[in-house]
Amino acid sequence: MSRYLLGRTIALVLTALAASLVVFVAMAVLPGDPAAIILGTGARPDTLAALRAEMGLDQPVAWRYLEWIGGFLVGDLGTSYTYSVPVADLVAQRAAVSLPLAVLALVLSTLIAIPVGVYAASRRGRAGDVATMGVAQVGVAVPNFWLGLMLVILFALTLGWLPASGFPGWEAGLLAGLEALILPALALALPQAAILARVTRSSVIETLGEDFIRTARAKGLSGEAALWRHAVPNALIPVVTIMGLQFSFLLAGTIIIENVFTLPGLGRLVFQAIAQRDLITVQSLVTLLAISVIVVNFLVDLAYAALDPRLSRGGAR
Amino acid sequence: MRTSHRHSLALAASLLALAAAGALTAPEALAQERDTLRLGMQLEPPMLDPTAGAAAAIREVTYANIFEGLVQIAGDGAVVPALAESWEVSEDGLVYTFDLREGVTFHDGTPFDCSIVQFSYERAVAPDSTNAQKGLFEPIASTECPDPYTAVVTLSQPSSRFLFNMAWGDAVMVAPSSAETNKTNPVGTGPYRFARWVQGDRVEMTRNADYWGDAPAIENVVIRFISDPSAATAAMLAGDLDAFPNFPAPEALPQFENDDRFTVAVGATEGEVLLSLNNSRAPLDDVRVRRALAHAIDKQAMLDAVQNGLGTTIGSFSTPASPGYVDFSDAYPFDPDQARALLEEAGAAGATITIQLPPPAYARRGGEVAAAYLQQVGLNVELVPIEWAQWLEQVFRGYDFDATIVAHTEPRDLDIFARDEYYFNYASEEYRETYQRYLAATDQDEQAQIAGELQRILSEDQPAVFLYALPKIGVWRADLEGLWTNQPIPANDVTEARWAR
Repeated sequence: MSRYLLGRTIALVLTALAASLVVFVAMAVLPGDPAAIILGTGARPDTLAALRAEMGLDQPVAWRYLEWIGGFLVGDLGTSYTYSVPVADLVAQRAAVSLPLAVLALVLSTLIAIPVGVYAASRRGRAGDVATMGVAQVGVAVPNFWLGLMLVILFALTLGWLPASGFPGWEAGLLAGLEALILPALALALPQAAILARVTRSSVIETLGEDFIRTARAKGLSGEAALWRHAVPNALIPVVTIMGLQFSFLLAGTIIIENVFTLPGLGRLVFQAIAQRDLITVQSLVTLLAISVIVVNFLVDLAYAALDPRLSRGGAR
Repeated sequence: MRTSHRHSLALAASLLALAAAGALTAPEALAQERDTLRLGMQLEPPMLDPTAGAAAAIREVTYANIFEGLVQIAGDGAVVPALAESWEVSEDGLVYTFDLREGVTFHDGTPFDCSIVQFSYERAVAPDSTNAQKGLFEPIASTECPDPYTAVVTLSQPSSRFLFNMAWGDAVMVAPSSAETNKTNPVGTGPYRFARWVQGDRVEMTRNADYWGDAPAIENVVIRFISDPSAATAAMLAGDLDAFPNFPAPEALPQFENDDRFTVAVGATEGEVLLSLNNSRAPLDDVRVRRALAHAIDKQAMLDAVQNGLGTTIGSFSTPASPGYVDFSDAYPFDPDQARALLEEAGAAGATITIQLPPPAYARRGGEVAAAYLQQVGLNVELVPIEWAQWLEQVFRGYDFDATIVAHTEPRDLDIFARDEYYFNYASEEYRETYQRYLAATDQDEQAQIAGELQRILSEDQPAVFLYALPKIGVWRADLEGLWTNQPIPANDVTEARWAR
C-alpha cells in the first residue's frame, strides 16, 4: 500500500508540473498584452513600456516561468496583474464561494440521486421506474444554465423567496450565504443527480441479479432488506466513481453557473482573468484546479479501497 | 459553525427551510435599505485608481464619488468647478490660474493644497507614469504654487481642450501618501469614502462626514457587478438592486417600461458606434468603396435590431450630445443600388471583407446586421468574433484588419482622426491642418464652427462608416431621483441621488 501511495504521489507531482507548463505556454502564446489591456486605447508607447517593466513582462519567457513556478512551490502564487492583490488572497476569497457551492451541489445531487436510483431499480419495469427515469432522461438533457434561469424566474422573480443573484459574503451570516448558494447549487445538482440516478439504478439492478442476493433471499431476507443491506452497498462503487468525476467537473465547471448567478467564485475568476490576460492569476489558478482534480481522483481511488476490501489488497500488488 | 460533520447535513437542511422562511421578512429589510443605494454595473473595474488604468468601469465607480479633480464634468456635460473654486485663463491661452478650495482634506486626513496639484500632474507625465491618458497632460509645461491655494499651470502651446481634459477621471487629485495604494484602497476628496471591495462581487462606499461641499442624501452605496444581461434583468426585477444606470439588456426594456416600480431613462452618450475601416488596405483605401458601404447599410434598421431602436443615427464622428454637433446622418441614405454602382465604379464588386467583432452586443449583433446588408450589394463578408485582448493586439495595435465594429466612448475625441498613427490608417492633411486650428481656437463659437468643419471632412471621406450614437439606457426604482440621464463622460455620479418622498 505504501509503495502504491508513493508512486501515486510522484505521479501527482509530475502531472501537476506538466499541467503548469502547459498552462504557462498556452497563456504565453495567446495574443494579447496585459499592459495594453489595463491602459486601453489612449496609451502611449512609453507608458506601456513602463507598465510592462513594472509587471515584469519585459523579462524572458523562460525566466518568467521559473520565477512563477519557484514562487508557486513555496506557496507564493504571485500578484494579480489586474487586481493588484496577491493571487493567493483572491483564490482563498473565491474558494470560499466555489467550494461550498460544489460541496452543496454534490450533497444535493447524491441525496436526490441515490434514493431515486434505488427506488427505480426496485420497481424495475414498473410505472415508478419509467416515470423517474423519464424525468432523469430530461434532467440529463437540460443544460444547467437554462435550469438556473428557470429557478431564478420561479424562486426569485415569481415567489420572491431567494435573491436572483450575487453573494453577500459569509460575514453577512451563514443563512444569507446559503440563501445565495441554494439556487445555483440546485441548478448544478439536478442535471448531475439525473446522471447519478441512472448510474445508481443500473448498478443496483446488476447487483440484484448476483448470486449472493439470491442466497440472501433464500436464507429468508425480505426483498427490502436484501436490497438495502446487500445490493446497495455493493452497487456503490461505480456511483462513487461518477461522483468523483462529478466533483472535478463541479469545481472546474462552475464557470457558467457562477456567471448566471454572478457569484464571485473560482470559475468566474478564471473566466475574467483569461479575458483580462491576467496571466499570473490564470496560471496559478488553473494549476491549482489541475492539482485538485488529480487529488480528488486519488481520493476516489482510496474510497474504492474502503468500499471494497478486495481492491486495497489488489492495490498493493 | 462548529458542528461535527455528522450534524452538518441536518443543519444544512434545516437552514434551507429557514432560508425560505426568512424571505418573509423582506419588506422590513427594504425599509432599512433606504439609507443604502444598490447600484448595478455590467463590468467590474480591474482596480480603483483612475490614474492608472483605462477601464471605464474604474470611473463609473470612483468619478465624482470618491475622487475629484480641479474641475469636473456635470451631468449636462458642462465643465464645473470642483477642487478649484474658479480659474482664469491668460489672453494667449497659455497660463491657467486656479483658485483652490481651502479646508479640503483627503479621506485619510491629508490636507489638499497646491502641492497636491503639482504632485498629481507631475506624476502623470513622469517617465515611469502608467497613466492611461498621459497625452492629456502633455501640453503642461509647468505647475507652480505661488501660495498654497493658488495653482498656476503653464502650457507649452494653447489647447482649447485643456480644461475639459483636466476634468477627466485620469486627472483627479491624488495624495503622495496614498497614490501607490489607490488601486485597492482609493483615497480621494469626494463625498463618499471607499469602504470595501469584494472582488468579483461589489464595491461599498459610505458618506464622507468631512466633505467640503453638500453632503449626499444617501449614506451608503453598494455597487454590484453583474455581467450577464439576463442576470441583470432578474436582479432589477427581483428588487435586489435599486438602479442599473447602464442597463445591458435593451430588449428587456418594455418589461420595465410597463412596470410602475421602475423608471426607464434613455439618454445620450458621447459614444459613437463605428464600422471602422482600414483605410490603407484595398479595396477600402478607395473612398468610393467606403461611401458604398455607408450607402449599403440601413443604420436605422441596425439601431432597431441592436439597441431596440434607442439611440440616434449619425453620419460623422460626433453625437447630438457633443458641442458643435452637425447632423450628417442623411449624407449617405440607405441605397443599395447606389452602393452597387459605386462598388462597380471602383472595381470592387464581389470583394471580400473581414469584420472583426469584439465581445459587446453592439459589435456581435451589429456585425450580423452589417454582414447581411453588405452581402445584399454583392460583397463577401466574413465575421470573426474576437476577445478584447485580441482586438487590442491585432486590430488596434497591429492594424491587421479590414473592418471592425467598435464604440468610441471618449468624449470630444475628434483628435483620433488627426493622429499620425492610429488604427484607421487615415491620413488626411486637410483634416490634420483643420484640427490644429481647432486646438488653437480660444473662442467657443470659433471652436464649434471648426468642429463642424472637421465633421464635414470625415463625412466626405468616411474613414469609418459612422453608424449611430450609443444611447445610455438607465433603469432604476421609480422613487429614486438624481441619477444622470445622459452620460457626457463615463461616470455614475451618485452624489445627487435621493429617495422621493
